[in-house]
Order: sequence, then C-alpha cells, then structure tokens
Amino acid sequence: MSATLPDAVVDSAAIAAATSRRRSVWALAIRNPSVIFGGAILLIMLVIAILAPYLGTVDPTRIDPAMRNKKPDTVLTYRLDDGTQAKRTAIMGTDSLGRDVYSRVIYGTRVSLTVGISVAIIAVALGLAIGLISGYVRWADGIIMRIMDGLMAIPPILLAIALVSIWRAGLVTVIFAIVVPEVPRVVRLVRSVVLTVREEPYVEGAISVGTPTITLMWRHILPNTVAPLIVQATFTAAAAIIIEAILSFLGIGIPPETPSWGNIMAEGRTLFRVFPHNIMYPGIFLAFAVLAINIMGDGLRDTLDPKMSKKV
Amino acid sequence: MPDKKPVLEVRNLTVALPKGADRVHAVENVSFTVNPGEIVCLVGESGSGKSVIAFTVMGLLAKALKPTGGEILLEGENILAASEDRLRQLRCTRMSMIFQEPMTALNPVMTCGEQIDEVLETHTKLDAAARKAKIIAILTRVKLPEPERIYASFPHQLSGGQRQRIMIAMALVLDPVLLIADEPTTALDVTTQAEILKLIAELQEGQGTGVLFITHDFGVVAEIAHRVAVLRWGELVEMGPTEQILSRPTQDYTKMLIGSVPSIVPAHRGVRRDGETVLRTEKLGKTYVSKGFFQKGRTVRAAADVDLDIRRGETLGIVGESGSGKSTVARCIARLIDPTEGKVYLGDTEIATLPPGRLRPHRRKVQIVFQDPYRSLNPRMTVGDSIVEGPMNFGLSRSEALARARTLMETVRLDPNALDRYPHQFSGGQRQRICIARALAMEPELLIADEAVSALDVSVQKQVLELLDEIRQRLKLAVLFITHDLRVAAQICDFVAVMSQGKVVEYGAAEQVFGAPRHDYTKALFAAAPGRHWDFSKASAA
Repeated sequence: MSATLPDAVVDSAAIAAATSRRRSVWALAIRNPSVIFGGAILLIMLVIAILAPYLGTVDPTRIDPAMRNKKPDTVLTYRLDDGTQAKRTAIMGTDSLGRDVYSRVIYGTRVSLTVGISVAIIAVALGLAIGLISGYVRWADGIIMRIMDGLMAIPPILLAIALVSIWRAGLVTVIFAIVVPEVPRVVRLVRSVVLTVREEPYVEGAISVGTPTITLMWRHILPNTVAPLIVQATFTAAAAIIIEAILSFLGIGIPPETPSWGNIMAEGRTLFRVFPHNIMYPGIFLAFAVLAINIMGDGLRDTLDPKMSKKV
Repeated sequence: MPDKKPVLEVRNLTVALPKGADRVHAVENVSFTVNPGEIVCLVGESGSGKSVIAFTVMGLLAKALKPTGGEILLEGENILAASEDRLRQLRCTRMSMIFQEPMTALNPVMTCGEQIDEVLETHTKLDAAARKAKIIAILTRVKLPEPERIYASFPHQLSGGQRQRIMIAMALVLDPVLLIADEPTTALDVTTQAEILKLIAELQEGQGTGVLFITHDFGVVAEIAHRVAVLRWGELVEMGPTEQILSRPTQDYTKMLIGSVPSIVPAHRGVRRDGETVLRTEKLGKTYVSKGFFQKGRTVRAAADVDLDIRRGETLGIVGESGSGKSTVARCIARLIDPTEGKVYLGDTEIATLPPGRLRPHRRKVQIVFQDPYRSLNPRMTVGDSIVEGPMNFGLSRSEALARARTLMETVRLDPNALDRYPHQFSGGQRQRICIARALAMEPELLIADEAVSALDVSVQKQVLELLDEIRQRLKLAVLFITHDLRVAAQICDFVAVMSQGKVVEYGAAEQVFGAPRHDYTKALFAAAPGRHWDFSKASAA
C-alpha cells in the first residue's frame, strides 16, 4: 500500500455513505402511492378469486327457472338437494336462467385473473427468450423480427375465431390467442434493451475475459431487461383481461358454462334495458381490475424507468 | 478602447446544492470580474462549480440549485434580482452563451439561417430582408464558406466545427458585451479546436467583447486566456494574469494541477528493441458493409493496411482524431470485432480468422481497458465479482481468483477489503484502476488502453498514467495505448503510430515523430495542439 496517492484507499466513511442505489430503486417502487393503490386492489381481487366458495356464493352454474331475472336485493327461496328450504338475498340479482349474478361475478374473477396472469407470464417468457436471441445473434435478427412483424399483424379476435373453429372454445385457446399477438411487443422491448446493453463497455469487457455467451447473457444482459419487462407485463395482463372479456362477450372465448365477466355481460345483453345489473356488476369488476393493473404499471414505470428514476 | 468598467462583476456568489448532495454549496463566495475585450478562463476539474457559475450568470440554473448570496452585475445591473422577462431581454442582446455539444444545442428540424433569424425576430424590429442581410454578414464574419448555402442548411449537413461556428454566429449576431463559452471546443477534434479558438479570440478582440471561457484544459488556457481563475470544490483558489498563474502559481492546488499537465515534449525513454514480439499486425483492415432488406449496401473502410508491432515491455501509442480508425484497430486486435482483411499475430498464432471456440484460449492474452469508467463495470456486480469473472472462466477456483484479486487491488493501490463493494461507490479514477486490475487478473501479454485516461481529470489522469507505466515495467507488459491527446501520448509511448482516415500515416519512435514529424497531417496535428508553446513543467519546478 502506497501513501503517495491521495485516493489510495477507499475510506470507511465513503462506504457508510454509499448505500446500494440499485436496491433503493425497488424500495422506492414499493413505496410509490400508485403501486400501493393498484397493488392493494389487485391483492383484494386475488383474495376474492381464491376464496370464491367462501364468500357467501352458491354454485354459479346452478340454474333455477323459478328465480329468473330478479333485481338486486331480491330474497330468494332455495330448495336444497336434501329437500330442506333455504333463503338468501341475491345482492346482484339473477340472470335469465335464474343463476345468481353475485356468485357468477365472484367466480368470474378466477377466469380473468388466470387469463391476465398466465398471458403476462407466457408472453414475457417467450418474448424474453426470442428477444435475447434476436438482439444478440445478429444474423437471426432480421429473420426473427420479420416473423414478429407478421405475428403482430394478426388481430387477436380473428385469431381466436380461427382457433375456436379448429380446436374448441376454452381457457387454453383464449390464452393462446391473446399470447400470440402480445409476444412481438415483448420481443421488441427486450431486443432494444439487448441492443443497447451489448454495446456497453462492461459487456465487451466480459467478452474479452472469455465469458461464455450463455453466462454473458444471464449475468450481464438479462438483469437489465427485468425492470422494463415487469412494467410491460402489467400492461400485457391488463390488455389480456380486456381481450378475454371481449372474446367471451362475442361468444368465442370461455365456454358459456364457465362464468367469466365477458360471458355474464353477453348473457345480460338482450335484457339490459330492463335488468342492467347483469351487465353493470361484471363491468364494474372488469373496470376496477384493469384500472388497478394500469395504475400499478404506471407507478412501476415511474420508479423503474431509468430516465424517470433520475428525477426521484 | 472602450471604458474600463467591467462588463461582468461577480461578487461573493454562493450557490446552494440541494440537501443530501456531497457538499453544501456548488459555488461558495466566488468573486471575479470580466473587463471589456478580455478573456477570463474559469478552470477547474469536474465538480469544481465552473459550469454552475456560467449558468447562474445566464439565469439558466436548474431549479434544484439556488443562489443564496452575493450578486452578479452585468454592466452594473444585478442579474440575480432580475425578473424572468428582463433576463430574456438580456440574453443574446447583452450576454450570450455557447455550449460544449454543438449538435444538441441546435434544433435539428430548423435550418441554421432560421435559427439565427429567430434570435433577430425576438429581439429586433428589423424587416425580413434586413435580418437576412445581417445573418449573411455574421456567417461571413465567423468564416463559414458560402454563407448563402449554410443559411439554408440543416445542422446535420454541417461538420462539428461548422456547427460550433453557427453557435458562435448566433451568440454574437446582436453584439453582446459578454460571451460565455462553456467548454466550447471539448467535443471537437484538435485541429478544429485550434480554428475555433482562433475565431473566438479574433471576434472578441474586434468587438471588445468580454469572454468568460470555461475549460478544464490548461493547453486551451495557455492558448487563449488573458486572466485565469482556478476553482476547486466551488471555491476560488487563485486568480491572476495567465502568465503569472501558469508559471508562478502561489497555491499548492494550482501547482499540483499545472504539474499534472503532461508535457508535449516526449520524455526520453530510450528505445530498446530487445524484447520478443508480442503482437504483429499485417495489412489489418476493417470494412463495414451496411445493407438492409430494401437498401443498397454502403461500405465504409474504417481501417486499412495497418502494420504494427509491439514487443514485450513496450508502449505503442496510436494517436488520431475521431473517426481515424484507431479504436477500430484496437477492437480488431482484441477480436471484439472481426477484422475483414489482414492478419493479427499474437506471438506465433494468427488470431484474426480463428473461430470463436479456438479463439477463447487466446482471449486471455489480450486485455482491454475502456474510456468510460462509469460504464466499464457491471453496476449490478461487486467489483470483486467483476475481477474474478475472467480467471474463473479459465478454470481458477473462486478462492484462488479472490486471492489474486486482493493482490491486484494492492497493485492498483486500492484497499483489498473494497472487493465486496459496488462500482458506484468508487470515483472515476478508482474505477479505472479496478478495470486495470480486472485486465491484469487475466495475466495478459498485451494490454490495450482505449482512451483509458481521456475521461479523467488531469490530476487523476496523471496518477493512472503513472500506474500504467509502473505496471508495464514491472510485469514487462506490451501496451497498446489509444489516445487523441498528444500530450498523454508524448509522456507514455515508446513508439507512436499516427492514424488518419483509417490509415497509419506516420509510425516511429515517439521522440522522432514528436520531434521531427514528416507527414503533413502529423505536422498539422502537432501545430494545432493547444498551448504547445507552453512548457507546463516550468511551473512545478518553480
């Protein structure tokens, strides 16, 4: 150790002052009011979906011809399977087949969140893998991106119609139909991050110390895509929930026996002037779910986006 | 001569930094004056507050910074008390500013003529024809060729030097009494820089304009300044006439700063050619061909016919201006890009055409240190992980690699216990030392320094240069040193290759190339070096 150089040793005061800024960005994200607000609503929705059978619901597919088209807060009398009678208040009324709208809306949360979350995860996973290859392997880039341009040109609704006619309507078909046009968006995002990061001197430094390509991607390039991907995932999830509702509403999504918000609204459509509750309640849930995810996404973008985080 | 009342008087100026910054004040108790027809240089290292002073004078300070004390008098009028409207009136008419980066300071979607016209339209009542005549006149005055054509050109159609002339024309079109130049030549090549400096000096002398010139480069100071103010950490260290400050500085900090400026006279190092050849290139070249699906191919020859050789314990410098191909050559040798022509011999192995798999064992032998210390280390990894990554790639166990990293931290004079810290906890100079340690961890035979000290302040630069030279001697390394800075090259290189437009135009021992340049380009390059007549070593001796 030499004493000739003034900055020879990093003094311990400097260590104490410099906390890891990287972690504090995540801490900031968690404290952002938009993230808290959106996250809280989303958490409530998730709890509703998981605890659906215990929230005062009845079988959402149970048809009761005697109790058709009841307005909200009507007291219904049920004959149970063992012959006894039970009374309960249908707080959201019943639909034209006598099914309890409240139970259907609560169970519908399961479908919407399943679609939203699984589309986000699958689209991000596929997009990440393809985007990394596209951004890093130069010769593959042109080919992959033209294919992605092609996929992006497919409208999800037409694709869903085509898929339903080939396979059959169902959750998997819906998820597949929504994932296909979402993947290219993620690919573009990942590719642009990779193209920027691969020019960074620290990546070139890692190449020149002989780091194998896979390690290089995993250790030096991938971590840079995490923040933008999380933001993208929230918007993908919100879009997926809306598209699922649209597809179900059009009758090409989730099969009618499964309650989903789109299905409930589709069934309420014919009588909606007289019985608006059939459309209103699932509509409110849908709006809140999408709004919550978007608000959370905005909050995450504000804190995780490097350009924005400088201001904080 | 105009009257001797100063155009700018800064009295006890204090500017506060926001809470949580590394110090309380960006600028503290700074006083100085600029007289008509005088060039005052504010000189200091990064973070010295020199740009903050310029922006405060212009009233363009960022919202987070607040002037908390003192006054700034422009021809007797206190600017700190002036309203936003009044400041807008004063800008361009009484005081103007030119910036470092002429590309971003101009609006890319307006022609240069329109941009100057905007200034006239805002501040004068001249009609269109009179404005145009005035603009053509100022474009002629800043010595732009074909002013009519330049008037109708967009910024991207002009060179960097021409853009900076447009900025100067815009700043001076209304004959302000004060011109603030914030590092106006830092982004320019050395030959262009010389022309712009000459132009600024000529214009201000003719008009009697007071110039506040901000720079970090003592060469530029020696070239242009009448008086110099040295700043450090927001405080004025010393101020006086240029000759006095440069040759008889009274403050230790000034002495240290001036003593750190490398001399342009090459150090006598004694040329030995006894080591074995580590690297030899033969007609090395790189041609870029860009073609899209629907576009015609475009070829750019970034480098061609480059023949170099470096022996053990030698430093070969490649000097040249931006776009001369010097970095391309370095990256071809490190195989970060694949050369398109020629051969690269590392010892006896030809590596230019080796496929990636067979190249890998040879990667260890060539290591590179980059220019930007802030981007050279992965911000998500501790510096220890960065250093051990290479050795572990080549089969060393983690504990062995860490032991080596600790030794290397001592070699580059950093605390070995700092290995578990993240890059942002280090200063620029310290990070550059870490990068050197990372390169040395591979036990290379050839170390490439690609503008490795260009982003550093002059005092830190000196330390890193000394460190590099010491390591070269001790480990008998061959060093390929890429730089645009002739002073740095003169001090560290045994041999120098001068590159221009992708070709080596002159190649020889440093003393010979610097002492008696043969090629016209080399001569022009040396003639343009700012402050070349000034020997900075005199000051440190005094």
